[in-house]
Amino acid sequence: MQLTFHVQGGDFTRAGDAASQVKKTLKLLNIDPGITKRVVVALYEAEVNIVAHACRGVITADIDPEQIRLRLEDEGPGIADIEQAMQRGFSTASPKVREMGFGAGMGLPNILENADRLDIDSVVGKGTTLTITVALQ
Amino acid sequence: MEQQAFHHALKIRHDVCTGCSHCMKVCPTEALRVHGGKALLYPAWCIDCGECHRACPTRAIVVEDDDFTKIFHYRRRILLIPSIFIGQFGAGVSRQEIIDILLNLGFTDVREAEHGVDFLIDEINRYVQTHDRPVISSFCPAVTRLIQIRFPALVNHLLRLKQPLEITTEYFRQRYARQGIDPAEIGLFYLTPCAAKIASIKAPVGGYASPIDGVINMHYMYNRVLQEYRQRGKERPATRETQVSARGMTWSLTGGEVRHINGKGLAIDGIENVVEFLERLENDEIAGVDYLELRACDESCAGGILTPYNRFLAAECIRLNARDQTGENDAVDDYRQYLAGQIDVGEIRPRSMVKYDLDITKALQKMEKARALKNALPGIDCGACGAPSCDALAEDIVRGQAAIEHCIFIQNSHEKQGLLTPEQSLQIMEKIWNR
Repeated sequence: MQLTFHVQGGDFTRAGDAASQVKKTLKLLNIDPGITKRVVVALYEAEVNIVAHACRGVITADIDPEQIRLRLEDEGPGIADIEQAMQRGFSTASPKVREMGFGAGMGLPNILENADRLDIDSVVGKGTTLTITVALQ
Repeated sequence: MEQQAFHHALKIRHDVCTGCSHCMKVCPTEALRVHGGKALLYPAWCIDCGECHRACPTRAIVVEDDDFTKIFHYRRRILLIPSIFIGQFGAGVSRQEIIDILLNLGFTDVREAEHGVDFLIDEINRYVQTHDRPVISSFCPAVTRLIQIRFPALVNHLLRLKQPLEITTEYFRQRYARQGIDPAEIGLFYLTPCAAKIASIKAPVGGYASPIDGVINMHYMYNRVLQEYRQRGKERPATRETQVSARGMTWSLTGGEVRHINGKGLAIDGIENVVEFLERLENDEIAGVDYLELRACDESCAGGILTPYNRFLAAECIRLNARDQTGENDAVDDYRQYLAGQIDVGEIRPRSMVKYDLDITKALQKMEKARALKNALPGIDCGACGAPSCDALAEDIVRGQAAIEHCIFIQNSHEKQGLLTPEQSLQIMEKIWNR
């Protein structure tokens, strides 16, 4: 089963819509609430990253009985130093974004913490693709 | 997943039901359908909130309470009244008069159900310090059931302490027993403003047995008291000091709990508002809240389905009564002594709705099928198929409980394609609506 969502950069009012839909789907499948929560937290953070940093993005969620794989592909500035970006508290968010309560530098570390596997593929000036995998059983 | 039968206090009278579908449209868990011209309930999904009862124009949804005469099985007949009941009569009838009439009607004692609140406040404040926050109040049984069914991830946030009614009942049971009264002769009854409280007494959530012997419907008792009051004329009963504190009196109103709980608290009433907030809480979007007071009814218990008086006026009346009540509850130490270590309700388990299948492989297949159906359905949630929404119909179809031809739009297009005759369409609709 595949779900697809389009995310618009800068639209904070709708950040979290994809996470909300995926949550609904996992609940309907009676996935363990703890696992669902990890998926939702990881996806929400990644979704907010697109809204805060990129121009636009596409999220696809592939669900099979063993796992959920979330692919978040954005068109944006890319990440220059992934290792640095993974550190808690490191942020390149604009003051405007921080004012809205985002950009505390906890996004990527939080995703890593909640995912079973996290792959980051990024080209500076082009965009970033995150692949988050969480086992469902 | 628990697969047990659930006690429900709401029953549909099929001899009265006209299958108008009003109830189906307001159910927050989509637990109602119309078939054969009657409303049908999926019992496992019902949370006893009573929205269907409120919406029913023919009074076909009834509350199953205990017969009043049951009180005479006991020699000591103690009625526990919530402060909401006093509020039903407005400012014109005093608390003393109401209690006096209740005694005349057959009870030997009348006590306030919120008597135990002062003791409970300390216990909740201690509890909040040591548990996952926000702690969600379990005062409203419909909200507790809503969380079990629709928000299983939040079940561990539910306050696992007995509520004022249970605590007060156990206290008085012990107090009467200590006075040398044979426990078998003591009958403790609760005057309920809603159906959810009945369900919580007949089938408590957690691992304890309810100490209450029977439940009396507030609607019924309101009529009895009012009749008696009108016949009595102007005679005045002896003044009787109330035992419940101002905190107890206002506990069941919106905001009644949070103002006494340390830290940041929020009070939300109305089932739609509660659902909206819980969705956000479940997404981890809410931070920094210590205590949540969530009530299914607008204006909390003042808006209970069995309360006849206007909810805003009733709430105002109770607030005014509370303002005049400056006395403190002097029994808090006794509560501590009688109930030490006995107010934990035990583990509360989720009661997830099985929309597709318990087996994830099968559930995924059914979900794919339902998604295709949802795309084919018009998405206007007209309810003509006997299900509350197009999504609900799609889910019913994959569970084998409905057919795609139940949708009138599909019928139309099937007729055009020659897959269905107008007579067949008519038969389908007659089967659902019986008209």
